Amino acid sequence: MIPQNVIWTIALIGMGLVALGFIHVIVQAGKPADDAATRKAAHTSNVLRRWLFAALLITFVGGTYATLRPFPIPLQYAPLDAQQVVDVVGQQWSWQITPATVHTGGVVEFRVTSKDVNHGFAIYAPDGRIAIQTQAMPGYTNKLLYTFTQPGTYKVMCLEYCGLGHAPMTSEIRVVAAKGD
Amino acid sequence: MAILTMYPDDERLEGANRTAFNLYVVTAVALFVLMMLLGLAMRMSQATWINVAPDLFYRLLSMHGAGMVGTTALATTAVMWFFLRKYVQLHLWALVANYVLFLLGALCIIVAVFAGGYGALWTFLYPLPVQSVGLWSPNAAALFMLGYLLIGIGMLLFYLDAAAAIIRVHGNLGRALGLQWLFGGTIDPDHPKAVVAGTMVIIANSLGILAGAVVLVMSLINVFYPQMALNALLAKTLIYWFGHMYINATIYMGVIAVYELLPRYSGKPYPISRPFIWSWAVSCLFVIVVFPHHLFMDYVAPHWLLVTGQVVSWGAGFPVFLVTAYGALTNIYRSNMRWTMPSRLLILSMFGWAAGIVPAIVDGTIRINQVMHNTQWVPGHFHFYLLLGVLPMALALMFHVIGRRATAPPNSGTDRIGFPVYLVGGLIFALAFLDAGRLSVARRMAEHLPAWTFTDKIGSIGAILVVLGMLYFAIRIAVGLLRPPAPASGGPRDRAANTAG
Ligand code: HEM
Ligand SMILES: [Cu+2]
Repeated sequence: MIPQNVIWTIALIGMGLVALGFIHVIVQAGKPADDAATRKAAHTSNVLRRWLFAALLITFVGGTYATLRPFPIPLQYAPLDAQQVVDVVGQQWSWQITPATVHTGGVVEFRVTSKDVNHGFAIYAPDGRIAIQTQAMPGYTNKLLYTFTQPGTYKVMCLEYCGLGHAPMTSEIRVVAAKGD
Repeated sequence: MAILTMYPDDERLEGANRTAFNLYVVTAVALFVLMMLLGLAMRMSQATWINVAPDLFYRLLSMHGAGMVGTTALATTAVMWFFLRKYVQLHLWALVANYVLFLLGALCIIVAVFAGGYGALWTFLYPLPVQSVGLWSPNAAALFMLGYLLIGIGMLLFYLDAAAAIIRVHGNLGRALGLQWLFGGTIDPDHPKAVVAGTMVIIANSLGILAGAVVLVMSLINVFYPQMALNALLAKTLIYWFGHMYINATIYMGVIAVYELLPRYSGKPYPISRPFIWSWAVSCLFVIVVFPHHLFMDYVAPHWLLVTGQVVSWGAGFPVFLVTAYGALTNIYRSNMRWTMPSRLLILSMFGWAAGIVPAIVDGTIRINQVMHNTQWVPGHFHFYLLLGVLPMALALMFHVIGRRATAPPNSGTDRIGFPVYLVGGLIFALAFLDAGRLSVARRMAEHLPAWTFTDKIGSIGAILVVLGMLYFAIRIAVGLLRPPAPASGGPRDRAANTAG
């Protein structure tokens, strides 16, 4: 299951529902209604709105809980005790990644910063989709935790516009199978 | 019922008012077309159909971003002025001052980009403007920022005049928002929605512009005294606080057109209600505190701030779905609606806003942002609700106004072709960006990987349609506006329109 495809499906369903609601009303908009029908429609509309409110509220509470627990960002001001540590420094327009080889299984801590302007440190999986990202900001070190499951060559791209060489500012991380895997 | 008069007398445009309004509208539609052509050039270059060199691409991107945001603000300011002036006494000098400062600011930006080579985008994210690696000089960056300051000052002048006028009538801004009716009391049925929305915009956007002014001045000092370095995270926070509020304010200014015009075309009253007051009070708070969703990938930012960003981003859906879009749909349901350009555009704008906010909310989730941030998902969602939401709000008022001056309602054969061209083009264009987000295509890149160009091509086709549609709208509106106004007291057009409702 590719996360991006799930996200796209959720968004399409949401936009589709909005579109259906609009089409339903637009089809009805051209028809006249007498006073009784207008009163009835107003009543239905109020009832429907309450149901919609309830549905949105449930999605809101459930979704908030599900997406924030566990919190998706690691603690930044405490030691993370990861098995592997990689230092990442961005600068116009290249990446310095040490070490550039990690192994699957054990969690990797990336310590990401920049020497000059803001950059975006994004790890692209071999299938071309973003696996995870964080900002590379001058004066700060963002700590990112990620556990690789698939060995292969992961591409690093810059996801914060940083001037003329922004698009070619790429690098690679090699992920090898852990011994015993 | 007064509310259903198609062209009420207190909305007449005469003398200097008419000139000022026409200047706003003609400038706005001309700039929209030009900025769209720049956008088309970028999109087609990503699609490898034409070749725009990277340095030019980023200058075009800077011009397009700043130009579109500024022009949308200009157009929706005209919407707010057009309706608000009926309820409170606005001074024409404030409207004109805003226009003049806008033009001066735009001139600075154009010179900075095309003569100075400025290419640090509309967000001027510190410290890129002063670290171009020789592509543009710090002076070009300073000129760009000066342009922003001028535009911001103009906007503030307009808001200050409007705030003073509102306070003269309603006592204070809280009462203008209708806060006294949140928990009870009989709502004054004549309390204008334009005043509620206008007040919200004044409060939120003045704060945003002030934050922008602070970071602009700090950045300008840094240009000339590089030893006075800024804190990058603080600068980013202020920039997005300003940027988010500024572009969102355009929606809240533009939507006044829906409140005012929709009931005239549906023939059904669209009264103020408690949910409405709640939705604007809540939106006012939300739009001020939602900006941390731009900081999700800055893991060092305080985590409570990021949680606020997510919770408020999601919460922002409630007023839009339950009150604004829902209210508009309820208003037209079985209303014997006559579809002409203004009414089509009004409903399109509600759809564009309500549908476009879906991918926006989705991306306002930290976990999702980790794989969607700064992909083309982002231009996907905001082009959706700017192109299909905000622009149609402003265009609806423009078509409404030219309808008064013409002999026939704005619903010509070419209108009936132009509208679907714009709509279908806009959908293709926005959905292609969103699909590119699914494929992890990075935003703001002059050169795309070969695997990315398919969505670029689809998007370019949509963009061509949008440009054609907009070009037609622009000509139609400009020509319509320059016609002399219809005779004063209810000509045949007015009466015909009234009975149509
Ligand atoms: C035919 C219509 C349009 C076309 C073809 C177009 C094209 C583009 C393209 C290609 C980008 C860059 C995408 C990327 O990051 O890879 C962009 C960005 C942008 N567009 Fe448009 N656009 C159009 C209309 C609009 C409208 C109507 C608005 C606002 C009202 C707008 C506001 C913006 C903004 C704010 C950006 C972001 C700039 C940045 O990333 O710094 N665009 N547009
Ligand atoms: Cu970059």
